[in-house]
Amino acid sequence: MVWDMEFTRLLLPALLTGLWVTVQATVLGYALALVLGLVLAIVRRAPVVGAIVFVITEFIRTTPVLVQLVFIFSLSALSDVSPLTIGIVVLGVHYSTYTAEVYRSGIEGVAKGQWEACRALSLPPHRVWGAVVLPQAIRKVIPALGNYLIALFKDTPLLFAISVPEMLSVAKGMGGDHFRYFEAFTLVGAAFLLVAVPSAVVIRRLERRYAAV
Amino acid sequence: MEPGNEPLIKFDKVVKKFGDNVVLDGLDLDVNAGERVTLIGPSGSGKTTILRLLMTLEHVNGGTIWVGGKPFSHMYRGDQLVPANEKYLREHRKTIGMVFQQFNLFPNMTVRKNVTEGPVHSLGVPKEEASERAVELLEMVGLADKIDAHPTQLSGGQQQRVAIARALAMRPEILLLDEVTSALDPELVAGVLDVLREIARGTDITMLCVTHEMGFARDVSDRVFMFDAGRIAESGPPEQIFGDPREDRTKSFLKAVLEHE
Repeated sequence: MVWDMEFTRLLLPALLTGLWVTVQATVLGYALALVLGLVLAIVRRAPVVGAIVFVITEFIRTTPVLVQLVFIFSLSALSDVSPLTIGIVVLGVHYSTYTAEVYRSGIEGVAKGQWEACRALSLPPHRVWGAVVLPQAIRKVIPALGNYLIALFKDTPLLFAISVPEMLSVAKGMGGDHFRYFEAFTLVGAAFLLVAVPSAVVIRRLERRYAAV
Repeated sequence: MEPGNEPLIKFDKVVKKFGDNVVLDGLDLDVNAGERVTLIGPSGSGKTTILRLLMTLEHVNGGTIWVGGKPFSHMYRGDQLVPANEKYLREHRKTIGMVFQQFNLFPNMTVRKNVTEGPVHSLGVPKEEASERAVELLEMVGLADKIDAHPTQLSGGQQQRVAIARALAMRPEILLLDEVTSALDPELVAGVLDVLREIARGTDITMLCVTHEMGFARDVSDRVFMFDAGRIAESGPPEQIFGDPREDRTKSFLKAVLEHE
């Protein structure tokens, strides 16, 4: 099989549009996962509500995200919410159950004496969390959180299943139109590498920087 | 009891258990305003628990703690005494400061922020004012030049002096000192004790110290309490406790500690 440059030229702009959708899904989904995960990690410490939240998050965490995507997509078939929005929310919620675990380990890693010092100074809860506990907890888990960014990025092709025009569906569409899947899927793989490898390097660096302290 | 003669701190039949382990078994203890009290005794005898109960890091299982003539471990609901809720505790423990064995400075904040955090966010002192006060306090503990450093850049002794400044920044009526030199290298102990001696000399803060530094206890205390197994074995002025202990338990404890020194 010979690489078709003509087709490649045709393919690239379309794939870039697909990549843009992929990036949007990744960034927005991850932002949701970061914020919601933190909320879940804190709420889970409450006595009764925490237990309920725990059961729900465990349920979400242990069912496949592809099933969740298709399920929610089919539920919302009659509404006019865009598939991309659904994809972002489902990926964000799914990954928030993982980031919640990461935050939890970070919070539990904060020394008991730090909580006691907060009490001795009668700090209000928003300072205990906002100024003392979370800055220390999050610093420790930045590398672990970063790994979930890459994991979520690599899960975005699943959005294909709910007809989001991300890279993979663009490639499949155009590959089908021209009966040439080889160039299309190769370029998708290359694009993923192009984004994931530098991200991994950055995360490795963060890891070194924050682990040292 | 006559008003005015009331003790500042009063433990009334206080019981504290950890699981099956009874740490304080119906303890009665009075401390007067301005008094410097030292708690000595073998580890596990309940000394630190007394401080932790006062700082509300632990809660009583029985009995009541009173501070300033008001219930402290409890609060009034109608004329019933019920265990104090978090809001009540937060309000009432503001008069109490504590210095910990492990310093417990906030590593993510500068020295200045460590000292101003409490006054600004718990007492509502304006930032400027709290910052000026932080400078004064850090001068007093001899660390004014470290005001913009982070705790990790300081030695243990320096960290503990910052922790003392942080506790004093809250202008406490009562200062709790929990084995504040136990985690320090021997050569750093004197600097911290000097700061505490100066506080004892220059202020009228009521101080409760748990310490193994018998020389320090002798110098600053008005009264020494010898603890054994959750009870006060003996109490009295330092001259008597160290010079002429009456209880065998005190004698053997002091002998062991002083021999070690």
